[in-house]
Amino acid sequence: MDDKNKKASPWKSLQFGLAILAGLVVYAYGFQITKVDLEDLRSERRQESLSRVMRALARPEIFEYEQQEEIINTPVYVTCPASGAPTIAEPDKSGPYLIATPACANPGETVQVEGFNFAPNTNGPLRFIPGSDPLNNVALGRDNVQTDADGHFSYEFKLPDRPSDDVQYIRATLRQNVGAPHLTQTARDTWEKIIETVFLALLATTFGTFLAIPLSFIAARNLMKPVKSPLASIALSILGWPIGIVIGFVIVRWIESLSSPFAGNILINLFAIIVIPILVSFGLRWALPQEEITKPSSRLQTARLAVLALTVMVAFFGLFQLASLSTNLGAIGTTALGTFGFLGNFLFQVGDIVSIITPALGGIAAGATLSSFMGRLGQRSTEKLSTANVKIFNLVFSTLAGATAIGLIGQLVRSLYLVNNLLYTLWGPVITGALLGFLLALFTKPKDTLPTGMVIYYVTRTFLNGLRSIEALVMAIVFVIAVGIGPFAGVMALGLHTIVSLAKLYSEQVESIMAGPLEAIQATGANRLQTIVYAVIPQIIPPYISYTMYRWDINVRMSTIIGFVGGGGIGFLLQQNINLLNYRAASAQMFAIAIVVASMDYLSSVLREKYV
Amino acid sequence: MLQIKNLTKIYDGGVKALDNVSFDVPDGQFLAVIGLSGSGKSTLLRCINRLIEPTDGQILWNGEDITKASPEEMRRIRRKIGMVFQHFNLVHRSKVITNVLAGRLGYINPAWSLLNRFPKADMEKALKQMERVGIADKADHRADELSGGQQQRVGIARALMQDPEMILADEPVASLDPVLAHSIMKHLEDINDKDGVTVLCSLHFLDLVHRYADRVVALNAGQLVFEGMPNEIDDKKFKEIYGRDAERVG
Repeated sequence: MDDKNKKASPWKSLQFGLAILAGLVVYAYGFQITKVDLEDLRSERRQESLSRVMRALARPEIFEYEQQEEIINTPVYVTCPASGAPTIAEPDKSGPYLIATPACANPGETVQVEGFNFAPNTNGPLRFIPGSDPLNNVALGRDNVQTDADGHFSYEFKLPDRPSDDVQYIRATLRQNVGAPHLTQTARDTWEKIIETVFLALLATTFGTFLAIPLSFIAARNLMKPVKSPLASIALSILGWPIGIVIGFVIVRWIESLSSPFAGNILINLFAIIVIPILVSFGLRWALPQEEITKPSSRLQTARLAVLALTVMVAFFGLFQLASLSTNLGAIGTTALGTFGFLGNFLFQVGDIVSIITPALGGIAAGATLSSFMGRLGQRSTEKLSTANVKIFNLVFSTLAGATAIGLIGQLVRSLYLVNNLLYTLWGPVITGALLGFLLALFTKPKDTLPTGMVIYYVTRTFLNGLRSIEALVMAIVFVIAVGIGPFAGVMALGLHTIVSLAKLYSEQVESIMAGPLEAIQATGANRLQTIVYAVIPQIIPPYISYTMYRWDINVRMSTIIGFVGGGGIGFLLQQNINLLNYRAASAQMFAIAIVVASMDYLSSVLREKYV
Repeated sequence: MLQIKNLTKIYDGGVKALDNVSFDVPDGQFLAVIGLSGSGKSTLLRCINRLIEPTDGQILWNGEDITKASPEEMRRIRRKIGMVFQHFNLVHRSKVITNVLAGRLGYINPAWSLLNRFPKADMEKALKQMERVGIADKADHRADELSGGQQQRVGIARALMQDPEMILADEPVASLDPVLAHSIMKHLEDINDKDGVTVLCSLHFLDLVHRYADRVVALNAGQLVFEGMPNEIDDKKFKEIYGRDAERVG
């Protein structure tokens, strides 16, 4: 068999030939589809436009000079007057002057213009000024005239078709740079926008990274695979989420209403944010002892739980006070700090963000707590109850959990698609969910553990892959609608894209860590959270830094074009100038992008070398 | 007293790593586990602290069935069982002191671990354990800056931080040269003698077994083929354990 393969058989040669032929056909069709045609490139018209654009691009509009203009007219007759050749007054030869020969001709005839005594090495356009309508002048020729070292030029052109009996003029407008060069308006706009671009990328990368890190852990197969729990535990923790979120949200809103009467008073704010952290730290220290060798009594545990809950509530009060303080100081700072008003604005916005996300945070925290508590309850019940009782337990709670989960998805569908039919959005999903939960409980052995981790892993992966396939540019279009045209939309779009793509890259790094330390930390009795903190995180820091840098790099590049769809940054200017055929300005922006991207690249490689 | 009863482990691919293994280990014994590579030594040790879930059988420790323990009970059991690994399994990028302190994780409230905080008493304890194994001066080095022998000492210090009642040592000296091997084995012997910690240690070299072990169990293809004193391993027994073609070295 081996020998046969080694021999060059005609059949193999034929296969090879056919493969090449097929390849040729594919590429031939590709040429057809993409309209590969060099004929156009050879046409003179194209080449001329191309070289004009290239020349404009090569001279970015960054510096300009104050210009001094010398405007000189010389009379000309089109056509020659009936009275014979006109007499042209001798020009004043003490300054710059023009001589047109001949001084009269028919339209379309060639006239030579000579200029004398102009400033040396200047240039400018030559124009034909009709006598009857002096504002409607005609540019003569495509190029500017250029004086030599003696301030002389000579130019031949065809007279335009503007016959008139009156005297008409040829005007030379020669411009000369004076003084030191200074930045153009374009350069200043470009500077402003490129700064916006860099910060847009910075914010998007920062937010994206923060949210991608936790996501990356639940998208890592090696961390999620061992996560298994019995059905009772899963069902109860699913039920715990919505209940906890509602409870947490309500409580935090109540705390907010307690905090709001004092919101305006900076002194109370200050007092609160000094005293509350001390209280919280005492509360936490008491309620969460660092080390415990023996199991505490149940009364002590209850007391601790109560203190912990109280502490968390006090902490939320403190958070609201902090938000108020930040908003108040910010409002003062914005006006009082002058040039540094942006610091005040920052404080104000941060305060605003904190006060907006705190209730959501409270909801999520309470949801997670209740869910994990109920999950543990389920775990304990599975261990303690008899098999038959666990079965009943599972049937009841799995049905409830299924109904709740799918019912909530139904509500989401209702709000997204505006379906106003309770059968589809409420009863249908609830009954389906209940049925699914019931069947799951019916067909699993009561004390078996189910691969919860892998289910979460697959759901997360699917979600990440789905979102990742939507380009940030497309996301920006949605966010422009949500938050309006401007850099904030760009931050949101790039941030979201950063989350999903970094989460995937990060999770692959988590999957490739050494298993040994993980095993060793587990063997000490560390729980899952501790294992992540002590065995996983130290191992993934270098690749995480490196990927974050890489992403910042990508975000800077992306943010240069996100402005095309209104997402802020330099792309907006660039697109505008391209559309206005203002290539010299566009060139300035392209240069700015190139410089920023190249220096980002350099910076990130230096940082990577240093920290990785 | 550790009692292994009918312990069986079949991996997902159908490989039978442990086949109905039963033996007892009295408290304070230094037990050597020998056998060829792939005979199930590592699987056996990892089943005891359930890093690997046994398929069948019981592991009773002081009367409590480890195989039935819930995750919370497992945390409490594991923190009393130190483990030392062939490849040391240190977290390379962390400091030596952090690696040693990690031995306390089973005792520490997980909420504080998020902040990387250890109680002061633990810090002192860590320094003491590092002194005991002779690496006190390396506390602030990164773990991967240490040599193999030093890394294994960190591993032992980490296990000692757990206040263990039992240490599982999975070929602790297989990656070290003979001189270092003896020094590491001496530390284990010392812990066994002075602290009365039960040690289960898988080993490759019979001279180490003769020198340090109180008792030996031998595995071959997942089955227990020998149980007895080190000096009972004569040539015949040796061939039974290691196969007919094996030659004695060292």
